[in-house]
Order: sequence, then structure tokens, then C-alpha cells
Amino acid sequence: MSAPSLTPSTTDAARRTLPRPAGPPPARGRFARSLRRNLTAHAFLIGALVCFAVFSWYPMVREFGLAFQKTESGHTRWVGLDNLTTVVNDPAFWQAWRNTALFTVLALLLGFAVPFVAALVINEFRHGQAYLRLLVYLPVMLPPVASVLLFKYLYDPGYGLLNEVLRFLHLPEQQWLQDADLSMLSVVIAATWMNMGGAALIYLAALQNIPGELYEAAELDGAGLLRKIWYVTIPQTRLILSLMLLMQVIATMQVFVEPFLLTGGAGPEGSTTTVVYLIYQYAFNFNNYGAAAALGLLLLVLLAGFSGAYARLSRADDE
Amino acid sequence: MSTRTLISPAQLARPRGKIVYWTVFAVVVTGFTLVFLGPLYWMISSGFKDSQEVVQTPPTWVPKSFTPGNYSHAWEVMDLSTLLLNTLYYAFGALAFQLVLDVAAAYSLSRLRPVFGKAILGMMLATLMIPATVLVVPQYLTVLDVPIVQRNLLNSPWAIWLPSVTNAFNIFLLKRFFDSIPQELLDAAAMDGASPTRVLWSVVLPISRPVLGVVSIFAVVGIWKDFLWPMLTLPDPSKQTLNVGIYSLSNGLPVNVLIAALTIASIPTLLLFLVFQRNIMSGLTAGGLKG
Repeated sequence: MSAPSLTPSTTDAARRTLPRPAGPPPARGRFARSLRRNLTAHAFLIGALVCFAVFSWYPMVREFGLAFQKTESGHTRWVGLDNLTTVVNDPAFWQAWRNTALFTVLALLLGFAVPFVAALVINEFRHGQAYLRLLVYLPVMLPPVASVLLFKYLYDPGYGLLNEVLRFLHLPEQQWLQDADLSMLSVVIAATWMNMGGAALIYLAALQNIPGELYEAAELDGAGLLRKIWYVTIPQTRLILSLMLLMQVIATMQVFVEPFLLTGGAGPEGSTTTVVYLIYQYAFNFNNYGAAAALGLLLLVLLAGFSGAYARLSRADDE
Repeated sequence: MSTRTLISPAQLARPRGKIVYWTVFAVVVTGFTLVFLGPLYWMISSGFKDSQEVVQTPPTWVPKSFTPGNYSHAWEVMDLSTLLLNTLYYAFGALAFQLVLDVAAAYSLSRLRPVFGKAILGMMLATLMIPATVLVVPQYLTVLDVPIVQRNLLNSPWAIWLPSVTNAFNIFLLKRFFDSIPQELLDAAAMDGASPTRVLWSVVLPISRPVLGVVSIFAVVGIWKDFLWPMLTLPDPSKQTLNVGIYSLSNGLPVNVLIAALTIASIPTLLLFLVFQRNIMSGLTAGGLKG
């Protein structure tokens, strides 16, 4: 907004105090220019702006409306917290939160630790790094339906490959997806296989940015392998580790596709019913959009804290 | 590569270090190959087995009853050509919309700087903070009855294309790249009388090829992998995507035919990955952290 001017301070101050119609001619020229520039700029922006308004911002506002409304026979009215009480009193409510928490914990134990360790090991190799990177990322590119149905075949209690491997090792066979105690773990294993590639590659890139002198210095101080990991590697990658941790919490709390396709969503005795699956059921099986929105709002509030922390950290990373 | 890592070169050069290194290397390479390629091998080879062999215990490692007919059978029964063409149509249509509208928006926000530009960018980025699954319900209701124009977009490709434009992450990546282009370059073009459109087309876009490549690949892969949204907005079987179509037909099919269909569905993205792996991986680490 600051075009170069020959007599800056005085005229600028004067112009600011003058009533607009009486502005001096150069100002009007500048106004016209600025108007034209703004029109062009907004012309470039308008397409994306309309899409955002209709498919992002409006639904966002609507989510809040829906959560406190009820529509019966075409008539919509405000019902306050009714939807919320319906949702909380649903027997599936606590089970869904428990399952989601269980999924998140398991997915973090596997999905956070496994790719980091994988990256740590791959980074030490002087050979074959490109091949290993290709391998870990391969499943990420598969259509999820293909990976999930493939896992369903592998998990099959009768002819599945996994039970065949257990038989070969003389271990007891498992029911995998049909066993209420094991179904969630089975879903997490499949989800980790499908999704760990991205995280592993990001960790690998972060590890390659650690200055080698730090390890040399640690060695001079007599640090062994584990101490080097604890005092050099982890502090050096802490920011990325925390960002990825937050991102994974946000993503895993919203898990839907994997349980939906592997166990039909609910799973044996409701053991894989997640919060998002419950939202899906309210909206698309029971046509209760109010309840779906109310539950969605609860999830949103819970995840807002994680998103806020993420935004703050990633801003710190930019600086 | 000369960069130092955890293990010192001196340690590796010792005979004992060498033995340990190669042992670990062999174990990891074998393990990774089994874990990541094993299931894929199992998928492709099971697609060649006949209906008895595919469910036989113990299973066979190499298909004995070699039946490539499963693949053509799957192709016909599931009408995979229609599903494939549908998915391509949605993916490349979405790509075109994202390239035109998101690039124009990012260029405007980065270089033309309209009033309220900062606020608009902020509101776009704020959408990244809202969990996507929470918005699915109100978005679906919006698609059923788009405000102002009063259209129902159910079963129409617009239901995929237009929401795909609201990818704030794309705009963020593009804007950050445009921000890094030296102003003198654009000024020189403007001095020669180039309009903003001309500057975008002849100066900015040619420089931006790498970021455009990354955005394009992720746009196509995003639509290709999406499941819930196309399942909700394209219920008509003749309009479905590969993912949704295979899922909805998966229950009535013999195992070997289904597995053959999964293999076919995996081929396009695998090819895309093998061809563009360098761009995909660099794009992931360049933009993966900033969300």
C-alpha cells in the first residue's frame, strides 16, 4: 500500500485528514489504480473463494447450526442441547470413545514408533536406501480399498496367510477380525502398513539434516549408541517428532475407512465402532443429522486443542 | 554420501563392524521386502489361482492352476473399465479445477495482494484446523442443495470437483513458492507491459514447475484414494469410483476374482508412483510438515 512518494510525511498526513471527495488529483489516480489492482486481484481469487464459501465455510457454520436443531417432517426448529443429550445417552457413545482412544494409543505405539525406528535404521545404511524408501512408501500409493480387502484376505481365519504363518511357527491360530479382543489391533496393523510410509520418509529427511559433528562430539565424550540417540538424535528431531505426533493424534482420532472396510464398521460386539463411524451411522443410517452434528462438535472441540498446538509449533518451525 | 550418522565410519571399517553392518542390512532388507512386497506378491499371485486353490490350506506359493482368466472375468463382471474411466474423469477434472483456481488464488494472494487478502488466506488456512470428517455431514447436506443456485449435485462430477478446490494446503504450498520468486523478475515483465495474467502465464508458471508437479500428483492421488466422499455423493453404480465400486461389489464375488480386481485397481497408482517417485518423495518432505 506504500507507493513511493517524493514528499512523504506531510502530504500523507494531510491526505489522511482531508475529506475523501476533496482529495488531490494524484490521490484520485492512485485510488483508481488501487481499485483496478484490487478488481484484478479479486478476479483471480473469486473462483477459489466461491468454492471455499460454499463447500467449506458455509458447512462449517452449518455444523454449529445442525448440532442445536432438529428437523421433523420438513420443519426445522432449535432444540438447544437435546441432540447432545441424545448422543451422550446412546449406549454406543462411551464405547465409541473408548475404541477411538484405544485405536489412537495402539496406532501411536505402532504408527509413531515403527516409522521412526525404520527411518533410524535406514539412515545408517550406506547401500540400498532408495530401495527401502520405495518399499515403505509403496502401500501409501495403493487405493485403500485394495489394501484393506487384501488384508481381509490375509486375516481370514480359514485360508488367510497370517494364520498359515502362525501354523508354520506352531503358534495358536487367531480369529483376527472376528475376535472382539483382537479386532482393533488387527485394524491398527493394517492401518500402519498402509500409512507409515509418509511418516518414515519425513523422519528420514529430518535425520539427514542432523549435523554429523554433533555425533562426533558425542563420541569424544564417550557416548555409546543409545546415548547418542537419546542426547543427539531425539533432541535434534524433537520439533518434527512433536509435529508428527500431533498430526497423527488428529488423524487417528478420525479413523473411519479402515474399520469400516475391515469389519463393516462396528466389528464383533461393537469392538471397532469409532466416533466417526458413529457419526456416519447417525447421519446416513438413521438420518439423524442433528445427533451426527452434535457428536461431530464434541470431536471438533476435543481435537481443537491438538490443532492449536500443531499450528503454534509449525509457526515456530517457520521462524 | 559423506554425511555422518549415528555409527562412526571408523566403527564400520573394523571387521566386527562390517559383519554386524551386513547382517543387520540383510535382515532389514529381507524383512522389509517380505512385509511390504509380500502382501503385493500374494495379491498378484492369488489373482492367478482358480477358485479352489485360492482358499486351499496350506496355500501354494506359486499358483499351480494358472488362471489368468480371473483378470478378464473381474474386468467384465465388475465393469472395471467404467469404474476406471469414471475415476480418471473425476481425478483429472479435479486436477484441472485445482490447478486453475488454486493457482490463480495463490498468485493473487502472493503477488496482487488484494484488500482483505490476509484475512481470506487466514480463513482458508483455518479450514485445515477443522477435522475433515466432522465436516462431511454438513458438506453432504450442502451438496444435496447448493445454496443460492438451489442445485442438487448428487451423482454429478461437480460434487467431486468443486469441493476439491477447497484444498487450503495446496494454496499454502503454491503461495509460499510464489512468495519466493524475486520481485525484480515480475517487475521487469510488468515494465514491458505484461498484464497480471500474462505475468502469471509467461513468468510465474514456468518457474513454478516443481511445485505444480507436486500439487498435481497429490491432487490426482487424493481423488484416487478417496473413499467416504465419493461413496456418499456418487451412489449411482454407473457413476462410482474404482474404490467404491469394488467395495460395493466385493461381497458377492469369488475370492480369486475379487483379488484380481484389487490388483487391477492398484496398477494405475503404482505406475504413477514408479514414474514420479522422485517428485512424490521430495514433495512429501518439502510440504509434508507444514499443514
